[in-house]
Amino acid sequence: MISFDRVSKRYEQGHEALHEVSVNIGSDELVFITGHSGAGKTTLLRMIMLMERPSRGQVIIDGQNLAAIGPRGIPRHRRNIGVVFQNHRLLMDRTVYDNVALPLIIAGYDHRELGRRVRAALDKVGLLDRERAMPITLSGGEQQRVGIARAVVGKPKILLADEPTGNLDPALSAEIMRLFEEFNQVGVTVLIASHDLALISRLRHRIITLREGRLVSGSKP
Amino acid sequence: MIWRRITAWRAAPVGRREGARVSRAGLRDRYKAWLQHHRLSAADSMQRVLDNPVSSAMTWLVIGIALALPTGLNVALDNVSQLSANWDSPAQISLFLQDDISDQRARQLEQELAKRGDVAQTRFVSRQEALEEFRSLSGFADVLASLEDNPLPHLILVSPAGSTDQATAAALRDELQAYPDVAQAVLDMEWLQRLDSLMDLSRRLVLAVAGLLVVGVLLILGNTIRLAIESRREEIVIIKLVGGSNAFVRRPFLYTGLWYGVGGGFFAALLVAASLWFLRQPVSELALLYQSDFRLRGLGIMGGLNLFILGGLLGLAGAWLAVGRHLVEIQPR
Repeated sequence: MISFDRVSKRYEQGHEALHEVSVNIGSDELVFITGHSGAGKTTLLRMIMLMERPSRGQVIIDGQNLAAIGPRGIPRHRRNIGVVFQNHRLLMDRTVYDNVALPLIIAGYDHRELGRRVRAALDKVGLLDRERAMPITLSGGEQQRVGIARAVVGKPKILLADEPTGNLDPALSAEIMRLFEEFNQVGVTVLIASHDLALISRLRHRIITLREGRLVSGSKP
Repeated sequence: MIWRRITAWRAAPVGRREGARVSRAGLRDRYKAWLQHHRLSAADSMQRVLDNPVSSAMTWLVIGIALALPTGLNVALDNVSQLSANWDSPAQISLFLQDDISDQRARQLEQELAKRGDVAQTRFVSRQEALEEFRSLSGFADVLASLEDNPLPHLILVSPAGSTDQATAAALRDELQAYPDVAQAVLDMEWLQRLDSLMDLSRRLVLAVAGLLVVGVLLILGNTIRLAIESRREEIVIIKLVGGSNAFVRRPFLYTGLWYGVGGGFFAALLVAASLWFLRQPVSELALLYQSDFRLRGLGIMGGLNLFILGGLLGLAGAWLAVGRHLVEIQPR
């Protein structure tokens, strides 16, 4: 589903964020990416989202070489990928419902279908009763779950998460991870960048370790 | 419990197992959703404009003043040209006859002139008629009544035949001047032409002023929209991250520009109407003094509508400029 082929990323300042990274991730996998900050975890995720492009090498997602997608194709590409951010990135002046509905509004859904799907997504993350709330009134864990609902509401094939448990206590973190596992069980490819080794080593999924932009372990399942 | 939720999700009709994707919602649905987003954007932008009534009103006023100035000048020019249109044939030669010419001789001369091939029409105004007309139009009735005898000469008005370009009319005037009974032949075209070219000049000036002010309006709107974009930077980033196209991001800002522009057009129409109302009284008094039934002509419904449309178009254009410049810069980091 996701394939990196000798991908390098060198910034103009000369810093090399990724060096010759090759890795394949199957469509039924849940994979953790770990490493110290600056090891290249985020860069890897950003390349999948086309927020960045490799200096060398190829990224192929679902059979499509990302190099072939021009600037105008980026929105369409992103609509097929759900993303969860560490700092949630919710619209603070909109309700929970509106936040979760955003990807569907962008994709152009009829409002009845939209309501059904938004409620289904909110139900999954256990926030159905908070759809009228403003995000600011929610706890950190709840905000993160709104972010997850927004990421999955469009039923993407790929779900990316960048430090989704970064600001949460261990119990909440485990709960969030369980949620990701559930999505993986219904066939979503899940890719989670996290440096919480204690948590992710308990979960028995493949762990890709990066160090200073190089792949150290986890290139094969 | 959790498993029930998940299986329900899996069984949802447009699941990925059926191969459908979010970006492939039905064409009809997408059209409906597109319309829906236009409605939403329009309403949301309107709401945002109305949420800041003071700053919005100031923007409207600035645009209104900038649009009202050339519009008002144009209305004034229209009124002047309406006034001058009342003077018919621009090329008319006035023949003032010698003082000692009798009524009869003057009428005879008029007949003679009327038979000329290069004269289309003549009209005789006797010195008595001229005095009456002068008395009734000038407002100097009292002064004229105190005069012992009539100081005015007989007058024959001659309209040249055929094309009335200045050269032939001037040649005719010179010929008529040579008649011994004619004291003075005056070609009325000259000052009308001066008026015409003055009007032409004024129109060009108004056009130049209008052009400058339109640029001003575009810059004001561009700046206002830029601020609106700046204050919603995070929202734009999020929308781009979840797959919003540039058109999707652009839409609400275009509507914001439209509302500012239309509001500005409304204020401009209001300002012009108010100034005309302010001038109406003295103008009609002045017209009364000249025994004229001249009335100021306003903007009219079409003129007002045009201002709305012009304002709206300028709003869209200004927003487009700002959005084009600034949205590209805002990329997810």
